[in-house]
Amino acid sequence: MPSLTPSDGAPARVRVIGSRKGTRAPARRPLQAELRDHTELGEVYLRGLMRAQFRLAATILGLGVIGLGGLPMVFWLFPATRTLRVFDLPLAWIVIGAAIYPVTVLVAISYVRRATKIESDFTEMVKRLS
Amino acid sequence: MENEFDTFAVFAIVLVCVATLAVGAFGLRLSRTTSDFYVASRQVGPARNATAISGEYLSAASFLGVAGLIYERGFDSLWFPVGYTSGYVVLLVLVAAPLRRSGAYTIPDFAEMRMESTGIRRISAVLVVVIGWLYLLPQFQGAALSLQSVTGWPTWVGSAIVVFTVVLGVAAGGMRSITLVQAMQYWLKLSAIAIPAFVLFYLWTSQGSPGPREVVGGGDALREWYEPLTESAQEPYPLYSTYSTLLALCLGTMGLPHVLVRFYTNPDGRAARGTTSVVIGLIGLFYLFPPIYGVLGRVYLPVLGEHIPVDQVVLQLPKAALPGLTGDILAAVLAGGAFAAFLSTASGLVISIAGVIAQDVLRPTLARFTAGDSGIIQGFRLATIIAVVVPFLAAMVTAPLGLARTVNLAFALAASTFAPLLLLGVWWRRLTVTGAFAGLFVGGGLAIAATLFTVAVRPEPGWVATTLSQPAAWCIPAAFLATIVVSLLTPRRIPPRTARTLARLHTPEGVELGSLRQP
Repeated sequence: MPSLTPSDGAPARVRVIGSRKGTRAPARRPLQAELRDHTELGEVYLRGLMRAQFRLAATILGLGVIGLGGLPMVFWLFPATRTLRVFDLPLAWIVIGAAIYPVTVLVAISYVRRATKIESDFTEMVKRLS
Repeated sequence: MENEFDTFAVFAIVLVCVATLAVGAFGLRLSRTTSDFYVASRQVGPARNATAISGEYLSAASFLGVAGLIYERGFDSLWFPVGYTSGYVVLLVLVAAPLRRSGAYTIPDFAEMRMESTGIRRISAVLVVVIGWLYLLPQFQGAALSLQSVTGWPTWVGSAIVVFTVVLGVAAGGMRSITLVQAMQYWLKLSAIAIPAFVLFYLWTSQGSPGPREVVGGGDALREWYEPLTESAQEPYPLYSTYSTLLALCLGTMGLPHVLVRFYTNPDGRAARGTTSVVIGLIGLFYLFPPIYGVLGRVYLPVLGEHIPVDQVVLQLPKAALPGLTGDILAAVLAGGAFAAFLSTASGLVISIAGVIAQDVLRPTLARFTAGDSGIIQGFRLATIIAVVVPFLAAMVTAPLGLARTVNLAFALAASTFAPLLLLGVWWRRLTVTGAFAGLFVGGGLAIAATLFTVAVRPEPGWVATTLSQPAAWCIPAAFLATIVVSLLTPRRIPPRTARTLARLHTPEGVELGSLRQP
């Protein structure tokens, strides 16, 4: 039997292997934990979500400021628009008294759809990375 | 026709009050726990919740005031309902979901949770009560005037009936029964304003749609009424007034105490958004009708009686257009709808003011005497009484300023104080406790001073009167500026858990945030 022990009396060579018990692949840190523990990474994702939501909100409000807030300015700057009639109906009254409401509802619905989409995308991403 | 006893109208008013109490009592049988009482156990679906929010929001100012203002001032008053609706869009895109996710019940709760300061909480509580009282005042005054116009009874009777019905309904049932009542009130109000409007409109077209011009003659008065942005003795600066009104209404809605409380009955942030978009549709539908009364009022009621305030146009119009039984019945329907408006808005306001009084004033005080023995619901009932007595007395001693105008002051105050706190609280990481204090003091101080001056001194029309009665255009920017500048100057006073709180406000429900869900 061939001896593993060197002749000069040094300690025998030992074969080092990892124990099989309880080994696991080095775990990726789940994103949910990152979010929960407010690590830098979680913070980055959250800022991204907030920025996307805020950009959407700002777009909607910008449309409102121009579309709704611009109307008094138009009446102010162009007095002819104040008495404009379309199909013998006063345009200003029709726009401000009635037409504005369905438009507002459409804007609100489109906002809800987009905001929900941003959130589902975020949720999807978190689940994928977790 | 002034002040004679109108049996039909009185019957309609009694019917509305009894129906409100009956539905409330039905809800009481379902309301068992403290959570039921305050937030309907957060189990109200978006459609029902949206109907309830709309029912609560459409106040006397919407039902009577808007038509009265359009009758009085014409086109330039059309911005009021537009602003009332747009306020919900601002609320929807900026704060609806985050506020629901905050898990707080009232604005003071949110302020304390976000700013981690009991001082901010106390100031917010005081402001909620002040705004609520300012908004209750025109409800009581409107009820008094309406009842007076159909019975000739002294004004305190109408206020007293509203106070009595509201206290009974709120103190007995809390939020669960109120949600049911409010949802019913919306449909009641919509039918009450729509059905007579259709009848009157049909009558008007069948008579060949006579324009106001044919009835009262042309001239400058009518041009002022008909065209946008016309200067008048009452409104010398129409462009300023229009923008100030729009700003107050757009930013004020989110700060109204009875609007925010409702959002906590949504199950989650996503539902809060859905609810808000339904609300925009429901109130937009309602606001198609008040202008019809304002315009037809000009046709059929060219001259309103000497002592009749313009807020009565809606109630007087059917009798003027259709003398006889039909007119009487339509007037009764409208009187009932108006009372529904007083009752529902007043109930919503009272429940939120009472919630704050019970939590922030009574509970600490009572605990001192009874060593914590006093029940939460008993405290709430006592708070309800306190919440109505003050505005009731104020309605007795102050002369009405006009429903929509008084409501506007409440909007301006809410927009100058809570809008900066909520908007910056939800979106800005660098908001500090000192900054929030500064904003509340500057915005609240300026708006309250302007309001008191307008109500008490009643300055002559001119630029002083206009800027003070429409304070939003300068109070709101001042409040935002104060909050931002002071926050930037005091970076050390950023609440320590800001990052954690913002994560909670903005993380969607699908993502489990583990320990974050428990405060």
